[in-house]
Amino acid sequence: MELFDLTIKQASERLSTRQISSVELAESLLDRIEAVDDRIGAYLHVDREDVLARARQADERRLAGEDGPLLGVPIAVKDNICVKGVPTTCASKILEGFVPPYDATVTIALKKAGAVIIGKTNMDEFAMGSSTENSSRQKTANPWDTNRVPGGSSGGSAAAVSASMALGALGSDTGGSIRQPAAFCGVVGLKPTYGMVSRYGLVAFASSLDQIGPFTKDVADSALLLSAIAGHDRRDSTSVPREVPDFAASLEAGVEGLRFGVPEELMGAGVHHEIRGATEAIIDRLQSAGAVIEPASLPASVYGLSAYYIIAPAEASSNLARFDGVRYGYRASGPSDMIDSYMKTRAEGFGPEVKRRIMLGTYALSAGYYDAYYGQAQKVRTLIIQEFNSAFERFDALICPTTPTTAFKLGAKTDDPLEMYMSDVLTIPANLAGLPAISVPAGLTDGLPAGFQIMTKHFDEQTLFRVAAAVERASGFTQRPNLL
Amino acid sequence: MDHVALLARLALTDTEKDRLTTELGQILGHAEKIAELDTADVPPSAHATEVVNVLRSDEVGEELPLEAALANAPEREDDAFGVPKIV
Repeated sequence: MELFDLTIKQASERLSTRQISSVELAESLLDRIEAVDDRIGAYLHVDREDVLARARQADERRLAGEDGPLLGVPIAVKDNICVKGVPTTCASKILEGFVPPYDATVTIALKKAGAVIIGKTNMDEFAMGSSTENSSRQKTANPWDTNRVPGGSSGGSAAAVSASMALGALGSDTGGSIRQPAAFCGVVGLKPTYGMVSRYGLVAFASSLDQIGPFTKDVADSALLLSAIAGHDRRDSTSVPREVPDFAASLEAGVEGLRFGVPEELMGAGVHHEIRGATEAIIDRLQSAGAVIEPASLPASVYGLSAYYIIAPAEASSNLARFDGVRYGYRASGPSDMIDSYMKTRAEGFGPEVKRRIMLGTYALSAGYYDAYYGQAQKVRTLIIQEFNSAFERFDALICPTTPTTAFKLGAKTDDPLEMYMSDVLTIPANLAGLPAISVPAGLTDGLPAGFQIMTKHFDEQTLFRVAAAVERASGFTQRPNLL
Repeated sequence: MDHVALLARLALTDTEKDRLTTELGQILGHAEKIAELDTADVPPSAHATEVVNVLRSDEVGEELPLEAALANAPEREDDAFGVPKIV
């Protein structure tokens, strides 16, 4: 087995026992990136010398007596998360050349733990999209079939972990942007409870929905990486002042006696029959393992997609107002005056999907429409939250597929924005309600990965990981894509 | 469309305006869908978190040094960002 094939836990053990050095591990990943990323396109920025310097630092820290589960471990970071001194572009022309003068809180956490940040990964521009095709820079291919999308918006991070070009990666999830690409790429992807992980240094898309979360090869690694980045942060006023629990505590506890609900509305919704089959196979095995599984009903969740496509663009239109060519990023040439400068800069700097959402959001918030659109969507949000709260009085977890289909072909959905949006229909409710949700590989159908999704109540990531570990055992899925 | 584009500070071409008018129409079908739900007695939720009104005392903390703040400026004039004329 190559070093790049290891999980975070395995690598950490070998580093701890001095079987390998951080530099050797980093070199293995860097060589892997050089060997396969021209076919995948997961990375926007990799600086070999910088990575090796970070790896040497990790080795020095170990020599000085330090140890820790992430010390010397190569982790990739989505390009909407600030790393000081390293270009952060959100895959947008309007942030070309932008170098953050500060680290995101999660970046500080990774550096404190001694992780080696190996590069910045590709994404849909400003996290708007479900295929990574909206990147202004390049397409990313799915490592399982390079004619297909890796999902989005965190497609680069998902593909990097899937193709063993990073041992773990950070992404962001606003409507499914971690879980959906995780499902498409056959890796574990987690969106934590809203407020569990600081958003300071994450370029904001929709502030009430965004969360940073980990991509990993397995569930144990996911708990490990979440532990490193979770926690209260005074610089994010939406981060919650709660103690971070031991996420890995119940990984082996099994599902005996736990009650799971399968929401009917999320099993309908255009779910293709192979996905349904893969999901039901896991459900059977969970029942054999002692779980009690019943249908559930979440009638308001059907409206979640519609509410999301009012709320998210509305918040985005406000958040993206800062991109005006004044203080950083792209500025159009030859404007006649200030307003013209704004209008030209933004017209030239933003891609079509971003402009679409800014226009929709601006319209939804404008005078005369606010109550009917944004106001109503906020009320629907309340209904969704209330419905989930009731469901969690009956159930320990809710389960369903992560996506209605397996990965679609590159270019297949770019003409129809509504079809693209449907691929988020199963993931959006967790964002609206702020619930923790994870996608675990359920197996392959026609050679493409299918994801199994679990949701629990707020701040119950321990149960989430417990169930996820059981699903992982039930699926027995350990394959990696063949990239020869 | 022109009014919204001005509010959003986006200069749109005629082709973009035509395409956006259709797309916005389709997507706003979503707005009609959520109007189906009876929300008469439902309070709006801005988010799903338990925290409200997080305040801190008004004390100077960490500062971003001037050079760092200006480092990404498309145009710099002394210690300020240079911009096209406003009036």
